[in-house]
Amino acid sequence: MRAFSYTRAQSPAEAASAAAHTDNAKFIAGGTNLLDLMKLEIETPAHLIDVNGLALDRIEETPDGGLRIGALVRNTDLAANERVRRDYAVLSRALLAGASGQLRNKATTAGNLLQRTRCPYFYDTNLPCNKRKPGSGCAAIGGASRQHAVVGVSEACIATHPSDMAVAMRALDATVETVRPDGAARTIPIAELHRLPGDSPEIETTLQPGELITAVTLPKPVGGTQAYRKVRDRASYAFALVSVAAIVQPDGTGRVALGGVAHKPWRVEAAEAELPRGAKAVTARLFADAKPTQDNAFKLPLAERTLAAVLREARG
Amino acid sequence: MRFEHPATFNPIDQLKVVGHPTSRIEGPLKTTGTAPYAYERHDVVPNQAYGYIVGAAIGKGRINAIDLAAAKDAPGVLAIVTADNAGKLGKGERNAAPLLGGPEIAHYHQAVALVVAETFEQARAAAQLLRIDYSKADGKFDLAAGVDGAIAPKPSFGGPADTAVGTFASAFAAAPVQLDARYTTPDQGHAMMEPHASIAAWDGDKLTVWTSNQMIAWGAGDLAQTLGIPKDKVRLISPYIGGGFGGKLFLRADVLLAALGARAAKRPVKVALQRPLMFNNTTHRPATIQRIRIGADRDGTITAIGHESWSGNVKDGEAETAVSQTRLLYAGANRMTAMRLAALDLPEGNAMRAPGEASGMMALEIAIDELAEKLGMDPVALRIKNDTQVDPEHPERRFSQRQFVQCLNEGAARFGWSQRNPKPGQVRDGRWLVGMGVAAAFRNNLVTKSGARVRLDQQGVVTVETDMTDIGTGSYTIIAQTAAEMMGVPLEKVVVRLGDSDFPVSCGSGGQWGGNNSTAGVYAACVKLREAIAQKLGFNSDEAEFADGLVRAGNRSVPLAQAAGQDGLVAEDAIEYGDLAKTWQQSTFGAHFVEVGVDADTAEIRVRRMLAVCAAGRILNPKAARSQVIGAMTMGVGAALMEDLVVDKRHGLFINHDLASYEVPVHADIPHQDMVFLDETDPVSSPMKAKGVAELGICGVAAAVANAVHNATGIRVRDYPITLDKLIGQLPEVG
Ligand SMILES: Cc1cc2nc3c(=O)[nH]c(=O)nc-3n(C[C@H](O)[C@H](O)[C@H](O)COP(=O)(O)OP(=O)(O)OC[C@H]3O[C@@H](n4cnc5c(N)ncnc54)[C@H](O)[C@@H]3O)c2cc1C
Ligand code: SF4
Repeated sequence: MRAFSYTRAQSPAEAASAAAHTDNAKFIAGGTNLLDLMKLEIETPAHLIDVNGLALDRIEETPDGGLRIGALVRNTDLAANERVRRDYAVLSRALLAGASGQLRNKATTAGNLLQRTRCPYFYDTNLPCNKRKPGSGCAAIGGASRQHAVVGVSEACIATHPSDMAVAMRALDATVETVRPDGAARTIPIAELHRLPGDSPEIETTLQPGELITAVTLPKPVGGTQAYRKVRDRASYAFALVSVAAIVQPDGTGRVALGGVAHKPWRVEAAEAELPRGAKAVTARLFADAKPTQDNAFKLPLAERTLAAVLREARG
Repeated sequence: MRFEHPATFNPIDQLKVVGHPTSRIEGPLKTTGTAPYAYERHDVVPNQAYGYIVGAAIGKGRINAIDLAAAKDAPGVLAIVTADNAGKLGKGERNAAPLLGGPEIAHYHQAVALVVAETFEQARAAAQLLRIDYSKADGKFDLAAGVDGAIAPKPSFGGPADTAVGTFASAFAAAPVQLDARYTTPDQGHAMMEPHASIAAWDGDKLTVWTSNQMIAWGAGDLAQTLGIPKDKVRLISPYIGGGFGGKLFLRADVLLAALGARAAKRPVKVALQRPLMFNNTTHRPATIQRIRIGADRDGTITAIGHESWSGNVKDGEAETAVSQTRLLYAGANRMTAMRLAALDLPEGNAMRAPGEASGMMALEIAIDELAEKLGMDPVALRIKNDTQVDPEHPERRFSQRQFVQCLNEGAARFGWSQRNPKPGQVRDGRWLVGMGVAAAFRNNLVTKSGARVRLDQQGVVTVETDMTDIGTGSYTIIAQTAAEMMGVPLEKVVVRLGDSDFPVSCGSGGQWGGNNSTAGVYAACVKLREAIAQKLGFNSDEAEFADGLVRAGNRSVPLAQAAGQDGLVAEDAIEYGDLAKTWQQSTFGAHFVEVGVDADTAEIRVRRMLAVCAAGRILNPKAARSQVIGAMTMGVGAALMEDLVVDKRHGLFINHDLASYEVPVHADIPHQDMVFLDETDPVSSPMKAKGVAELGICGVAAAVANAVHNATGIRVRDYPITLDKLIGQLPEVG
């Protein structure tokens, strides 16, 4: 870990401005991802702006009956929130499927969205990785890629986004609220927050340098049966091989987002039109351009079968 | 004391203290966080500096140059140790790859430097500033590719490279039922909770290291040898150990580099291996490729059994002795085993819990299940049919005790084995396909010299000192029980001091030899102390009885405290063994029963129930022994379902080198576990009549899981770990 300076932000706008105007600055929230990466010098910020003091830790109703979740709401609190459990069960379940109790007590909404990949080559600074060191190559291609993405991949990177929460939020059509360094607020549909790797896998989101997430807003409840099914090698405390977030309406329509398969939560709205025809038809569309490796080709049938199970259960 | 003849009645047989499920005597220290582990020993020596290890960034090759300038100038840096400035170093007898690499690099994350600084953070930051220029060389990292060039290893601990009895080839060819299958086990990491950690301090030419090590005398000897100093100048102290599983049997880089760092910085230095370094820097259980051939008559009688195994290692490393149990477990007139060793440039392979046995049983016990299927026979019945009470290679050698059949029968009854549907894929419980599996547990009992010193003081307190270690197994407690039984005092009157090279050399902790041998050593010392007491009091030592804190003979009785007198009494002895291990085969047996559920949609495998029935000599402390077996069963589930050091064959390393990516079971993976010990005493093993327990528990577990998965799904997976990707393509379609 490199030495760094540290300040506590007083307001969101000030935090954003400070981040943009200080060399190599980063926000720190729960620190559960950032600190690990700093210890390994995968992240080397010269300055940390602690956002924990900002009053962004509330969950409020929006005028249209949705929910506005502050960027600093802890994963544990969000999962336990009564409205979330009642109206956005997919989100509560996704959160509880992630990490461990101790980590969820620290982990924040914004930090969870912005957590970085778990590609093992990203974690080993001796090895090539375009995401960690642009231009150095991608060691996962041709290497151990069982955990990696099967769709939306590029020649430069095949990493996945590891968040469970983000997959549920994608299914719920959440919106991300931010403050930019110039003090202006904007909203970003969650579909547009994360990027595919393309030829610049080091740029993971559409946030501008210094832009601070202040909240995530959920639209008014969409009802339906909501499920989050996470498939992994051990029963707990493991990242998803594949996960399925689904909202299934009584008429058979619904929404599906997948985790563990791409550089972002994977949802293709057009595929959802196939829902009444079953999992095979949906996944055929979701994976139309899939490029799995030998190690992770199993994710295609696994996702299909997991979706089938979720649909079967949802339909009772 | 020489142990030459089977034990007769002795004071241990009173079982007033021994054999009771006593809670750990050091338990309160551990549960309150006050047991001093190596890295936390701030009190033992002042002015400790921190060392941070730099591991090699390549799998094989050379260091051309190391630029230390930036690191030297970094805040707080006191010294930097590299092979260039460390002086001439030898190599420990039990180390294959050198612990400090350079200029040659033997394997990935081999230590190449230690940065010493005032604080841990400063050492870590400065470590990143070393500029090391490497020349990468082509290495051999693929075991499968190494099979062709593999050679017969030198005979070792695990037996000769080749064994043969009868005419295997023709008997196998003639057998009406044949099994010929190939199995693989992956490299596995010990992944113990406490990393390797040491604090080293020099006082003139004397070196003291507070460390975490299973085998104190090996460690002290190999450290002296590596540093080129006399062994009596080295003291190792390791009273508490947060798990080892074989990973701390040997001198490792933390000890050596703490010693070198302390010499360079001229003050005490503490070093812990960072977790991401542990998987490639230290040793691991090597992967195997195994071929098993079994020929049987239609009634299930095995007529030919052959087991071959290939493993790899660095130069001077040994083979994983995966065939050893096949030589002894089942009858059969025609037999062969063979081990071959491939030269690999991966990190050094070495012992991990039941080395050889665990890997071999993972394969052998699937093979038996496959044979049962071919025969249309119940796998419990097939095992019973081929039981042997003698060493099949040397029928004149009987097993001293062999309750294998009893373990199978008892387990089958308790587990409800008769409910198992022999036809796979038939049982469904909601989304789960349910199956049951069985496997043998089988591990040999090893006897080896072990010493102890026992002191009786004026308060009537008995203090035991031995360099034996407690790696979480319960050594403190069973040693205290032994001394209490022998001296006729309550447990509270016994003090046990372990893990110090100033104490008499013991067997140490490894190979499930610790419990039986270390207590037998304490027994020997206590016998001597009893004689000294009797002699001092003028008692006939054969008549003297030690009970209730008194020594009695005839109508005289004297409190022990009084007998000790002002100066106390001390006795030291060791247990040493004669030929009983040659004339008898000493082994421990068990049977594992497992029920699994396989998700019919996702192929996720979850263990639902487990039972082990074990027969392992006298159980000195049923609570501690049970914990050992339960823990071993848990580790067996890890081996079956998830543990896998994934080799990157291009870069030459285990790529999943942290605890997020090297998965071991978590609580949610482990269901109701049950375990039962059968009554047994084995007078051939030692005066304690006990045998090893801890490693028996892991042998066979993984195969029982694999067999249960087969029973649940009809899918036979022969490559561990059994992960869902190996099943998903063969499961029935889902709608
Ligand atoms: C062992 C382990 C297992 C885990 N398992 C899972 C799992 O199964 N599923 C899962 O989903 N997650 C898992 N996680 C990840 C965990 O969910 C994340 O570490 C956590 O959500 C990150 O939140 P944080 O607040 O601690 O973020 P931090 O570490 O503080 O920050 C993460 C990133 O977000 C940025 N950031 C933080 N707040 C803001 C803001 N308001 N605006 C802009 N940028 C911001 C930081 O600069 C940093 O780059 C696991 C983590 C660990 C360590
Ligand atoms: S997949 Fe992405 S993160 Fe992983 S090594 Fe390749 S570039 Fe790096």
